[in-house]
Amino acid sequence: MKRYAGTIAMAAMILTMPLAQAADNLVPQMQAQYQSEGAGDFSAERGQQFWRQKHQAEKEPFTRSCESCHGTDLRQPGEHQRTGKVIEAMAPSVNAERFTDAKKIKKWFRRNCKWTIGRECTPQEKGDVLAWLNTL
Amino acid sequence: MKRLILLLTLLAVPTSLLAHPILGFPRHRGVEPLTNPLYSESCGECHFAYQPGLLPARSWKKLMAPAALEDHFGENAELDEEDRLAILKFLTSNAADTTWHYKRSIKITRSLAEDEAPLRITEVPYIKKKHSHIPRWAVQDNRKVRSLSYCNRCHTRADKGAFVRAEVDIPGYRNWADLF
Repeated sequence: MKRYAGTIAMAAMILTMPLAQAADNLVPQMQAQYQSEGAGDFSAERGQQFWRQKHQAEKEPFTRSCESCHGTDLRQPGEHQRTGKVIEAMAPSVNAERFTDAKKIKKWFRRNCKWTIGRECTPQEKGDVLAWLNTL
Repeated sequence: MKRLILLLTLLAVPTSLLAHPILGFPRHRGVEPLTNPLYSESCGECHFAYQPGLLPARSWKKLMAPAALEDHFGENAELDEEDRLAILKFLTSNAADTTWHYKRSIKITRSLAEDEAPLRITEVPYIKKKHSHIPRWAVQDNRKVRSLSYCNRCHTRADKGAFVRAEVDIPGYRNWADLF
């Protein structure tokens, strides 16, 4: 028996290992970074208001907001208002991949802020939006 | 036994030459399939990841300029500089005019004037001609297709770089070949 002890211990370790390590939610980390760039405390409520704010653009579609492509129910996939591209749900409660990739967060904030409101978002706005989305 | 081995060797040499990805003859049909995960991921995240062999290098250079990416057919498709340069390099070094072992790429290059740099694949004369006989109801007015830019909605093996007529399946019109 003794000579199998090592093998048995090893097998037990392998069997109890979690099958797939879920990636970390990076919202706190991103918010800390935004604060180091000058943002203050974050508010989910402000984030929600910002998310729903409508903006005028010079080109079609003339009225743009986060909701116009992500939809109003963030637990459901959205559809890009111009291209029809399907956008996976934003709510981390239904889409575990949300906010687990810093590069992706940075990339899409830059693209979507510029497209939707015509400029990059401030660190405060980004932190507020993440605070709001992370409650979903 | 010795003769058998000799025979097998003689047979094996030319076949291995034929199958060679670059020295192969006859040349490959279609365009070269994608080989760069960064490109496939970054561009394929939003649209069909068009193979670099569908446009000449001068077109890719224009498309991938920072200002051009900011307004990429109406969308903001900015990339961080490191990714932009890596993708640009992949596109230009595998562009249609740097490819000579894939037939479609050669035809694309030949259809273009030397200084012509279309930004849309659908504006390449060869591609345009190939699709000119298709009625609007099959593509633009077909709600399941909408535009020629969605290659893979009809070309069932577009992701493999294969665009032969026999592998076209127009959504809603399986019998398209009898209709036009």
